[in-house]
Amino acid sequence: MEREAIIDGKDYTNWRELKNKLFFGTVVVLSCITISPILLIVYKLLAKGLKQINFDFFFKVAPDTLQAMTAVQNGEVIPGGIANGITGTLLLVTVASLIAIPVSILIGIFLYENQGKKYANLVRSLTDILQGVPSVVLGLIAYIWIVKGITHGFSALAGSVALAIMMLPLIIRSTEETMKMIPISIKEAGAALGVPYHKIILKVMIPSGFSGLMTGILLSISRVLGETAPLMLTTLGSTTINLNIMKPTSAVPLQIWEFYNNPNMIDLVWSSSLFLMAFVLTLNIIAKRISLRYS
Amino acid sequence: MIKGAFPAFQKFGFFGFIFSTEWNPTEGREAYGAMPFIAGTVITSLLALVICFPLAFSTSLFIAEYYRKTKIANILSTLVDLLAGVPSIVYGLWGFYTLRPLIAQLGYPGQGYGIFTSGLILAIMIIPYATSISNEIISMVPNELKEAAYSLGATRMEVIFSVILPNARSGLVAGYILALGRALGETMAVTMLIGNANIIPTGLFSPGNSMASVIANQFGEADGLKLSSLIAIGLLLFAVTAIINAIGKIIIRKFA
Repeated sequence: MEREAIIDGKDYTNWRELKNKLFFGTVVVLSCITISPILLIVYKLLAKGLKQINFDFFFKVAPDTLQAMTAVQNGEVIPGGIANGITGTLLLVTVASLIAIPVSILIGIFLYENQGKKYANLVRSLTDILQGVPSVVLGLIAYIWIVKGITHGFSALAGSVALAIMMLPLIIRSTEETMKMIPISIKEAGAALGVPYHKIILKVMIPSGFSGLMTGILLSISRVLGETAPLMLTTLGSTTINLNIMKPTSAVPLQIWEFYNNPNMIDLVWSSSLFLMAFVLTLNIIAKRISLRYS
Repeated sequence: MIKGAFPAFQKFGFFGFIFSTEWNPTEGREAYGAMPFIAGTVITSLLALVICFPLAFSTSLFIAEYYRKTKIANILSTLVDLLAGVPSIVYGLWGFYTLRPLIAQLGYPGQGYGIFTSGLILAIMIIPYATSISNEIISMVPNELKEAAYSLGATRMEVIFSVILPNARSGLVAGYILALGRALGETMAVTMLIGNANIIPTGLFSPGNSMASVIANQFGEADGLKLSSLIAIGLLLFAVTAIINAIGKIIIRKFA
């Protein structure tokens, strides 16, 4: 079928078709440009980082500069690994989760139970604001509260608090959204059987929304795993494995920053970044899988 | 935080602190002003937004309009989601070892450090946020409207510009404002690429410093008045991001 588009005696049909095609081409090209960084980053990490991944990498602490320098000069793989960072990250995330998960699930349930009330709306707005606060500012807050106020020195606790504040809004929102999806009849069935209110929440609401809660928790953990800036202001870093929350602790992102600032450790930068990214993406994918399976 | 920032504001005055361009840690002649960092933050973030817009917009058109609900759109949106999962410091590394040499090769001064490089990396970092919001907004445009336009003989592009865009405009604006809020607070990648010069940037390729990056960079050796000034900068950053996010949220609420 021929379309006619003749204005002032000129035929615009082809011109419009051409413009349309050109625009489509631009969209496709720009979309490809958009996704190219992720492919390039993954490729670069794999190409540069894979050779350092070995048994020691996971179970030895970071080497000192001299060891790394000699290894680089001899063309060998740098000895040692990031065990202090891995344990530090696990410690930080565990403590942060212990602080954040109970509080934020309770707040999420509170928001769900009090839809439309003034105080709940205020809390919701504050949560929204908290979500937008830059992580480095949260690091400053944790520094003032914990480092200055409680531990009087850099500590893992301060880092955990900063991460916990980051996790709060994410888990609160996902809890509220999950609770909204649970059919109200389930709750009413519990109430009809005379179950007390707190037991309805613990035994009915939380189990039936478990997959949703889990997704929110995992996503928030994967968000804070890669955070560097707040940890620089709070936990500082450490060259040994430390499991005392009142002492400075290392973390994988902090170690990447240290390796980056030390020209001898350049190979370790890539492998620890590869490790961190694999860790984060795995958690991400697991979380998405859970939410897909149960939705 | 206000308590921590108080000494700096007291010494230099609230507006004096914000508008002063001096950052001098020499003992005895200490003077701290936030203007270079405010300028650095605003310029890099706006630049990021400008670079991000065409990319994120075409990607969301690709996902939510051209290849709606197909496998290829699925793959693309998964990849964009992955982009959101990359830690900030990994972006910084990649920018430092891949992007920076590339820009240095183009012959600009300063080894590729500076406003432009940081803006570019920030753009990549905020693309996933902008894209996912645009996707939702674009797929919310009613099919009837689009079909009506097609039935009048409009081409796809004309439908996009005369039906989808006007309908989705405020939602898109809100999405980009929220993305801007992200860009303002990004720390590590910017710290690694901006060049860390405490001056108001003089051009697109001039080095500078942003509010977040100066905190990350100078916090280690800071005490007394300097620490207080850094906390004051943090407070300003908090205020700015909170306001920008609030504007975005209000627009979204009106739209929904």
